[in-house]
This record gives sequence, C-alpha cells and structure tokens, in this order.
Amino acid sequence: MGRYLLGRLGQNLVLLWLVSMIGFGVLYLAPGGPLSQFALVPGMSQEDIARIAVQMGLDRPLPVQYWEWFTRLLGGDWGRSYRDSQPVLHVIGSHLWATLELMIAATLIAVLLGGWIGVMGAIRRYSFFDYLATIGAMIALSIPTFWFGLVTIYVFSVKLGWLPPGNRYTVGDGSFLNYLHHLIAPALVLALVEVAIWSRYMRAAMLDVINQDFIRTARAKGLPERQILLRHALRNALIPMITLAGLQIPTLLGGALVTETVFTWPGMGRLFLDSLGYRDYPVVMGILMFTAVMVLVGNLLADLLCAVVDPRIRLD
Amino acid sequence: MAQAAAAAIEPVVLPPPTRHRALRRFLRHRLAVFGLVTIVLLVLLSAFGPHLVPYDQLFIDIRNRFAPPFVSAHILGTDPLGRDHAARLFHAGRISLTVGFLAMMISIVIGTVVGAVAGFYGRWVGAVLMRIVDAILCFPSVFLLLALAAFIKPNVLTITLIIAATSWMEVARVVQNQIRSLRERDFTVAAEMIGASDTAIIFRELLPNVIGPIVVAATLTVARAILMESYISFLGYGIQPPMASWGNMLNNAQQYLTSAPWLAIFPGVMITLAVASFNFVGDGLRDALDDRLDAQ
Repeated sequence: MGRYLLGRLGQNLVLLWLVSMIGFGVLYLAPGGPLSQFALVPGMSQEDIARIAVQMGLDRPLPVQYWEWFTRLLGGDWGRSYRDSQPVLHVIGSHLWATLELMIAATLIAVLLGGWIGVMGAIRRYSFFDYLATIGAMIALSIPTFWFGLVTIYVFSVKLGWLPPGNRYTVGDGSFLNYLHHLIAPALVLALVEVAIWSRYMRAAMLDVINQDFIRTARAKGLPERQILLRHALRNALIPMITLAGLQIPTLLGGALVTETVFTWPGMGRLFLDSLGYRDYPVVMGILMFTAVMVLVGNLLADLLCAVVDPRIRLD
Repeated sequence: MAQAAAAAIEPVVLPPPTRHRALRRFLRHRLAVFGLVTIVLLVLLSAFGPHLVPYDQLFIDIRNRFAPPFVSAHILGTDPLGRDHAARLFHAGRISLTVGFLAMMISIVIGTVVGAVAGFYGRWVGAVLMRIVDAILCFPSVFLLLALAAFIKPNVLTITLIIAATSWMEVARVVQNQIRSLRERDFTVAAEMIGASDTAIIFRELLPNVIGPIVVAATLTVARAILMESYISFLGYGIQPPMASWGNMLNNAQQYLTSAPWLAIFPGVMITLAVASFNFVGDGLRDALDDRLDAQ
C-alpha cells in the first residue's frame, strides 16, 4: 500500500512539473508574451517597454525565468491581477466556492440519476429502456451546454416562471432556500453531460460485475435478487466510479465555465472570461494552472480513495 | 433431462434473446445511417442552401427586423439587424463544418504521428511523449482553448489550428496503445529481421492495422471539434462576426430570448444535429469494426 501510494505521488509530481512547463510555455511563447498588454498602452515607447522587461526579469535566460516563476508558484505567490492589484490566488479563492457548488451539485445529480439509469440498463440489458438510455446519452453528449442552458432559461424562467434566469441569490435575500432555488437550473444544465457519462460507465461496470463468479455463487445460495444486486453487485461496481469521479473534473470545469456564463454565476469560469476580456493575464494564467492542479489533485485523490476502498489494489 | 441440468448450472450468462440482438444491431445500424444521411444533408444544405435563399446573408432588411419564422419571405425569420436567418444558418454551416473537418484532419495527423512514435520507441521516448499527453489532458480543454484564442488573431485558420492543438491527445493514446501491442507481433519482428527501416515498419506494417481505430477516433473528433468551435464562438473568442458560425449566431441570442426565441433555437438544433450525427456514425463504425462483438 505504502509503495503504491508513493508511486502514484511520484507520477503526479512529474505530471505537475510537466503541467507547469506547458503553462509557462503558453504564457511566454504566445505572440507578444507577457509584454503585449504594455505595448497597447498609448504613449508607451520602445525604451519604456524594454525597461519594464528588465524590471520583470524578462531579459534573463528562459530556464532562469521559468525556475523563478515555478518556485514562486509553489510558494503561493501567483502574481497580482492587473485589474485591481489583488493577489491572483486571492481572486481565484473568492470565486472558487461558487464553481465548486455547481460541480458538486451536478455530480450528485449525475451519480444518483446517471447511476440509476446505468444500473437499470445493466439489469434489463437490451430492453427498451436500455436502448432509450443509450440513445439518450449519445444525444445528451451532443447538445452544446450553453444552448441547453438557453433552452432551460427559456422554458423554466421565461415561459413557466418557475426558476430564476441567473445569479446565485436574490440581492437582499440570503436564505438557504433562495440559494437552492437559484442552484437548480445551472446544476441541471451542467449535469446533463455528466448524467450521460455516468449512466454509460455505471452500466458497463455493473455488467462487468454481474457476469462474475461470485454473483453466480450468490444466486446459487438462493439470495434474493434485490440483495444480490444491491449488496454484492452494486458495491463492487461502484469502485471504478471513484476513478470516474476524478476523471470528470476537466469536463465539469469546462462545462462550469459555459454554464456560469449563461446563468451569470459568479464562479471561476466567469472570472476567467472576464479576465480574458480585460487582458488580465496573471489571472488568466493563474486560473489555467489552478484548474490543471485541481485535475491532478482530483485524480490523485480518486486513486488513493480507490486503494482504500478496494483491498485488491493493495496487493500490487 | 440433461438439458434441464445444463440450464440450471448456467442460468446467468444467457445470451441476449435473438430478437433483441437483432433489434440492437438494427438500431445501431439505423442510427449510424441516420447520422450519415444527416451529415450529407447538412453538407449539401451548407453548400447549396445560400443559393436557394433569396437573400444574401449580410443583406440588412431594416424594416423586417425580428421577423418570426414561417410567416414571411424570410423563411426562418430575421435577426436583430434584419438579416435573413436561413441564409446565415447555411453560411454558418460552411464555416462550422469546415472548421470541424479541418481540425479533425490536423489532429489525426499529429495524434497518429505522436502515438506511432510513442508506441514504436517504447521505453524513454514513448514514456516521455505519453506523459506530455497526460499533462496536456490535465488542462480543461475549454480553458486551454480560450487562453490560446486570447493570444491570436481569430480567423477560420487560427481557430482550426488551436482546436486541433487541443484535440489530438485522445488519438495519440489510441494509436500508441495499438502500435505498442502490434510491435510485439510476429509480422513486425519478421519485418525487422529482413532489415526494413523503422519508418517502413511503422507506415507499411503497423499503421495499416490501426486504420480502424483511427477512423473511429476521426469521426468522434469531428463531433468534438464542431462542439468546441461552437463553445468558443459563443463566448466571443472564436469565429468573428459578420462571418457567421453556428456558435457565434447564439452569442446574442440570450438577450433576445423573450422577444425572439427562434434566434436561439435553429443554430442550437443544427449544432446538436451535426454533433450527434458524427457521434452516431462513430459509434456505428466502432461496432462494425469490433471483432469481439460477434463472439458476445
């Protein structure tokens, strides 16, 4: 177990290092680089730009610059926003919870609804329900999230008036129910793709388990079908789902960006877009790196959790 | 009696009823055919549609702004500037489909080369290349795309390039996996023994055996690329107006959701149709090329 964990940790550190190289590359090899925004300022002369370059340390060799940037990154100094001079990590932190809220809500919906669809599809394999779920999942994966958001707003806010068309809460009303009311629509929109993915994986995992010998043994013992499916099959089929939860973080983050835009949700995705509009590169790069680290940490946690839950992994 | 005993021993792994297996095949087949027909229709509509509509996509008919669909000569209505919605939809199809196809071709080339090299030169080169693939996949693609798009001058070519730059990794994984296992097979060893060069082995012996998975990946990549184009264009960093794409036709639609909902409906339906069709075809191809399916 200890060796396994160390190995996984080492792999992830290598990945983190590669991720930082790519992030640095995107920032510096882009046309104009970090100086491009200064060139846009009227009255800025070549000398001024050269002086800024020296001040920012841009005249030094690339590896040196990278190393400095990377160590500052590890030390938590992610630079300051061009817009309001706030530390980048602080800006990200103030938008993080809104995004996490959406991601967690969508994952919950996906686990419950997608999981149920998947299990039913596996139990009644090749039934009418199974075909419907298969085709439905493929269509759900083809609908652009932002468009589904627009349709949801049109139906539930404009036509029916059941749900608010955006924002996280009504100004002046900070009650829990008000938050929940605002969360429903964006969480459902973000969950669409997730439900589709979870149902497919759940179905496959369940089919995998159902065909194994211990299920046959359970049947041979004469256990009630319900108990076999819930206590024996489902419990084992849920283990690969932990890995899936980790793997879904990039998809969730991308979907959250779009969902937040449509529902004016004050999360990290909207912050990213706003910062792009203001050419606030420290924040843009900060969020890009932050999301990649989230993905890495998420995958690592999923791996560890798998090892804790599944005793078979410890033997490796 | 013997039959009854056998049935009692093997009650679980009953093969699916033949009726349903046929139904499944039929449905899969049907969906793939539906997808293929829809793709052909969409391509034809984008190619010739603009000639069938009596208005130019950029013609501003200011007296007929916000014309609803199916009532006037503007068959699908008009947008806030009074431009014909149908004409713009068809023109947008040209752009979105072109970006999708081109991005797919570029990412297939990159992905195949990287995957083949990584799979063939197993140890160090392969390990390093695949870790880089893993690292790029850590970045959520929408974020990476937008960050890249912010640095470039957006036009059809640059948008295609950055979509391709963020779409080749899955292909590389598929190809690497296949090549790595094929590399151990006898025919590869034989080719090595008669002194064939590495390039010859990769291109003549190995890659022809990977065509199936590559074709499947290519189809799914078109779907992904069309979807990605629509995302970044919707967010304002993709194809720029007045040029229309299905994505950017939707970026003003939200503010007119109450007054002119049809502006939001048609482009979204087109994107979904196109993406779903490519996904259906890809799924059908995967089944058709999967040898194990008959054994099941």
